[in-house]
Amino acid sequence: MAEAEESPGDPGTASPRPLMRDLKAVGKKFMHVLYPRKSNTLLRDWDLWGPLILCVTLALMLQRDSADSEKDGGPQFAEVFVIVWFGAVTITLNSKLLGGNISFFQSLCVLGYCILPLTVAMLICRLVLLAGPGPINFMVRLFVVIVMFAWSIVASTAFLADSQPPNRRALAVYPVFLFYFVISWMILTFTPQ
Amino acid sequence: MAAADELTFHEFEEATNLLAETPDAATTSRSDQPTSQGHVAVAVGSGDSYGAEDEVEEESDKAALLQEKQHQQQQPGFWTFSYYQSFFDVDTSQVLDRIKGSLLPRPGHNFVRHYLRNRPDLYGPFWICATLAFVLAVTGNLTLVLAQRRDPSIHYSPQFHKGKQAGRPNAWQGPGGQGVTVLALPPVTVAGISIYCYAWLVPLALWGFLRWRKGVRERVGPYTFLETVCVYGYSLFVFIPMVVLWLIPVPWLQWLFGALALGLSAAGLVFTLWPVVREDTRLVAAALLSTVVLLHALLAMGCKLYFFQSLPPEHVAPPHQAASLPTNIPLSPTLPRSMAPS
Repeated sequence: MAEAEESPGDPGTASPRPLMRDLKAVGKKFMHVLYPRKSNTLLRDWDLWGPLILCVTLALMLQRDSADSEKDGGPQFAEVFVIVWFGAVTITLNSKLLGGNISFFQSLCVLGYCILPLTVAMLICRLVLLAGPGPINFMVRLFVVIVMFAWSIVASTAFLADSQPPNRRALAVYPVFLFYFVISWMILTFTPQ
Repeated sequence: MAAADELTFHEFEEATNLLAETPDAATTSRSDQPTSQGHVAVAVGSGDSYGAEDEVEEESDKAALLQEKQHQQQQPGFWTFSYYQSFFDVDTSQVLDRIKGSLLPRPGHNFVRHYLRNRPDLYGPFWICATLAFVLAVTGNLTLVLAQRRDPSIHYSPQFHKGKQAGRPNAWQGPGGQGVTVLALPPVTVAGISIYCYAWLVPLALWGFLRWRKGVRERVGPYTFLETVCVYGYSLFVFIPMVVLWLIPVPWLQWLFGALALGLSAAGLVFTLWPVVREDTRLVAAALLSTVVLLHALLAMGCKLYFFQSLPPEHVAPPHQAASLPTNIPLSPTLPRSMAPS
């Protein structure tokens, strides 16, 4: 499981893991999500740093300016957090109850990492919104969100589907679809006031 | 000699037939039905009266009893994970089958006996309720957006947080500029809570009532709690396409779709409950069925009125309101709905 990056004189178990190694592990998993292949990296070396970073980024971007609090209509930071983590836990429980052989944290890890395309969509949407309103603006955002939503689904299905018996795959994948749909809806309907 | 050979060969065939029947017998006799039914079913399979046949029957009876005992002993305690896993023991095809069964209720087909077959699941009710809650919130929001596109003078400022607007009229300003009080809960929460409460509390009440009446009647046993929850959960499925179709802003069409969906859903419930209720007195049966249908209708109406309030077709916008409109269409995932003037 450990990558061979320890310095020769390092005892290995006593010293704390260097930050760069953790960041590299997170980055490697990002790459695996962006180019989903049948690989076990996300499952074997699960970690929750990546999902945390993504969730915080998404929650920050989904906040509106709190200058005019009366017009504040977007989800607050805590709400996005709750939706993402509560949704991920529910899907994981569902997957395990259906008889999947994936562990709790592995599933959380996969679901969290596969929010990456939607976070990218959020970034793009915010940039596009800077250009000003209009129907073209909306169509571009709609297109981007749809593409990223499909990407998220494909990425997470590639990792999760194998852990379910074949006659229940659709039952395990449908809640994932619902989860990313809700997040995509929040991204699409975001408008800074 | 030939007769004896014939006898033994026959015996073997009968034995395999009877043993093949026992799995079904074990399944159907697992719950309320008396075990003798299972044995009767097995015995009927053989029409002969050879002495050897009786021995084979006894063996298969014993096999059935043993299987049943094993099955019952395998029920784990409610504190274990596998206890809850037994409620999710369904395949995709079974779930789809049950959904189809709820969409097309037929008078002869009891949902519980025909589709559930003593294996109720919690997957269907839970995820159908979740889907319905999200679809309600999303389409309710979409309706408002589409209405605003048609009539830009409708001004709203979306509000998400509880209690932030205490004392300040907001969210839905009427045409004359008057403010109305705000329900400060986000629609997703309201939808989720109301649908889950309906899908769990009403079956609980129904089950409790039927059990109480069972003590009076002592005939056909009522359904288990999970089976009742299952029936209600799957009957809510037809509301999902109904809610999506409510996006079409034609009022009479919306009422038509609502009536259709309510009819299908309530029919499914009534056909399922009828065999249990018909042995009771007329009054109780009629009262129970009409209460069930009424509650279902209330749910549908509540969804319609809360999330899809009919907007005023035309009104005059005061000039200061028109000037304060945002130039792009403000979309928000959650909008509180107030008791708007409609």
